[in-house]
Amino acid sequence: MVKLIEGIPIMRPYIDLDNQGYWDAVKNHKLVLQYCTKCNRFIHPPRPMCPTCRSQDTMEWKESSGKGILYSYVMFTSPKMAYPAYELPYAVVLVELEEGVRIVTNTHEIEPDEVQIGLPVEVMFEDLPDGQTVYRFKKREA
Amino acid sequence: MTVEYNPDQKIPHPAMWGVLYKSSTPFWEGVKNKKIMLQKCKSCGNLLNPPRPMCPKCQSQENEWITAKGTGKIYSWVTFNEAPHPAFKAPYAAVLVELDEGPRIVSNMVDVKPEDLEIGMAVEVTFEDVAEDLTLPKFRKAG
Amino acid sequence: MLQEYMDRKYRTDNKPSVEANLIKNNVAIVGIGQTQYTKNSGRDELDLACEAIQNAVDDAGLKMSDIDGFDTFILDRLSLPMLINSLGTPNVRFSCEVSGGGGAGCAVAVHAAAAVATGQADYVCCYRSLNEASGHRYGRGDDFIEYMPVALTPNYGYIWPLGFVTPLGWAGVWGRRWMHEFNITREQLGWWPVVLREYAQNNPEATYFGRPMTHEDYMESPMIVDPLKLHDCCVNTDGAAAYIITTVERAKDLKQTPAIIAASAQCCPIEQEIQTIYQRPSISGLVETWYVGQELYRVAECGPDDIDVAQLYDPYSIGGIIQLEELGFCERGEGGKFVEGGDNIRIDGKIPCNTAGGLLSEAYLHGWNLVIEGVRQIRGTSYNQVKDVELSMVTGGPGVASSGIILRR
Ligand SMILES: [Zn+2]
Ligand SMILES: [Zn+2]
Repeated sequence: MVKLIEGIPIMRPYIDLDNQGYWDAVKNHKLVLQYCTKCNRFIHPPRPMCPTCRSQDTMEWKESSGKGILYSYVMFTSPKMAYPAYELPYAVVLVELEEGVRIVTNTHEIEPDEVQIGLPVEVMFEDLPDGQTVYRFKKREA
Repeated sequence: MTVEYNPDQKIPHPAMWGVLYKSSTPFWEGVKNKKIMLQKCKSCGNLLNPPRPMCPKCQSQENEWITAKGTGKIYSWVTFNEAPHPAFKAPYAAVLVELDEGPRIVSNMVDVKPEDLEIGMAVEVTFEDVAEDLTLPKFRKAG
Repeated sequence: MLQEYMDRKYRTDNKPSVEANLIKNNVAIVGIGQTQYTKNSGRDELDLACEAIQNAVDDAGLKMSDIDGFDTFILDRLSLPMLINSLGTPNVRFSCEVSGGGGAGCAVAVHAAAAVATGQADYVCCYRSLNEASGHRYGRGDDFIEYMPVALTPNYGYIWPLGFVTPLGWAGVWGRRWMHEFNITREQLGWWPVVLREYAQNNPEATYFGRPMTHEDYMESPMIVDPLKLHDCCVNTDGAAAYIITTVERAKDLKQTPAIIAASAQCCPIEQEIQTIYQRPSISGLVETWYVGQELYRVAECGPDDIDVAQLYDPYSIGGIIQLEELGFCERGEGGKFVEGGDNIRIDGKIPCNTAGGLLSEAYLHGWNLVIEGVRQIRGTSYNQVKDVELSMVTGGPGVASSGIILRR
């Protein structure tokens, strides 16, 4: 799990016209994914053209189940090579969602030694004191 | 006129570049001691501003420093009617001075209004402590 | 299209003709130069660059004024105009700054070669100058605070706010999958840094010259970004390096045996952006490196068995070993076994790798030191000279749009 160090601000995402829907949903505690209605496939991260059918007007936002499995991870253990806003060690995990796309995220209430490939996880949201809303993943029943 | 600064704004510090190009250090050390230092190639005598690690004429990396007389002529200038950075109060001029030794240097004028500037005007250096940690070479009308 | 890449199916139709390639056998690296590699140069990058370029010009038997082109890649702290103002090169008519970071390690040579082959310039100088040990170290964690309060690009916006910073972290995610899926062990990983350190013991210019490391030392080194240990990661270097590219025709009048470019490639397959790379059906391989290899072998009309020595861009051990797989020196997933014990990558091995010590033990000059060592192997002047080198391969960084060259005598 990640613990913030007081006084060091968290970087904010870069919001543009392609990903605004994604970040707006996060603000409302929802995880949405870009979906091409022509190819019936999810795409992440959001982009202006479907790379399969090259259509620019068949994409919509679909809510994700928020469930997935831990696909890979790294553990930040050294102050030199870590972002100083978090207490060490902290994990960055790659979660494969049920929809088939993967997202990079942090963990919530998962101890470092529990972070393992294959762990069933689900999304949760947290409103930070600075007004940001972030998503993280916690353990779930398989 | 003299360039006026907003006291609550930090002036962009040349040491940013001094750090990037260590060859500039003697120039800024000189300014602190109220001197304009010019880099001189030891091998061909070429005078260089800004300073650099290699002489572009003869590729020598050996150089020495001379003290410029501090006199020169206005070679060109621009007038800022709007301040491009909050540290400065407009209007003010940035002048290009051709030193008597040859190299040109960018600076501001002291006690000369932009509208009174003329190409060829004889000027001499003066030094201004613009912040606690920053002295800048400026120019005024000679004589 | 993605699936084709994933299946390692390469341009099944309509392959471009090799004859149309103007670079192949027409362009060569004719001069190499470097400064000392130190931990604190006490000089600025501009100063170091001037010395390295002068050394390369002298090595080639040229005059500084002959240089009419310059090339480097992004994340460079030098100002090219100030470099030209220092070197006094009056006729510069080509300059280029390639994107892709370390992936462009060889793409710089590729673009310079293209300029020379098409008459845009006669002698292009490819330069890199860094104070990464004493000054600004690219990829440090706190580096990213510089970009506060908003991530630099939309794609970084999905990862930087999570504390997912530094290329070591980004590589660790695919690296862990690769280790997980193919049962690659930490013990196996250790042989790459250990063998490179052995090479560095014969290279007096290497950062780790005189500081040998056993496999035990490796195993005891601390974890930096799990799964990567301290000795999995490249060194920090102050120094500069340069090389000069011209036509084979002009090379005839110059001082050195030219290292002729038999093939060159810069490849950017889809879904390879540092973050979106994780969307590929499998992330336990580096398709861009594989693609670079295919292009190189196609143009040079050879295969992995013909390569005598390789310099693989290795900012971290896993980045070196996985390239052995993707370039066909061993099977997919066999990289761990291949480097075990180290013999396959030692000087008499199947494919001697990073023979000057590589990025882990010689210097982290963003790949310039690899190109220079690739040239030395062709000239026969390496500190760890492989016998009778006909073909010498060099690659750019893994995990981003990558590049490579094959040099020949
Ligand atoms: Zn589509
Ligand atoms: Zn000179």
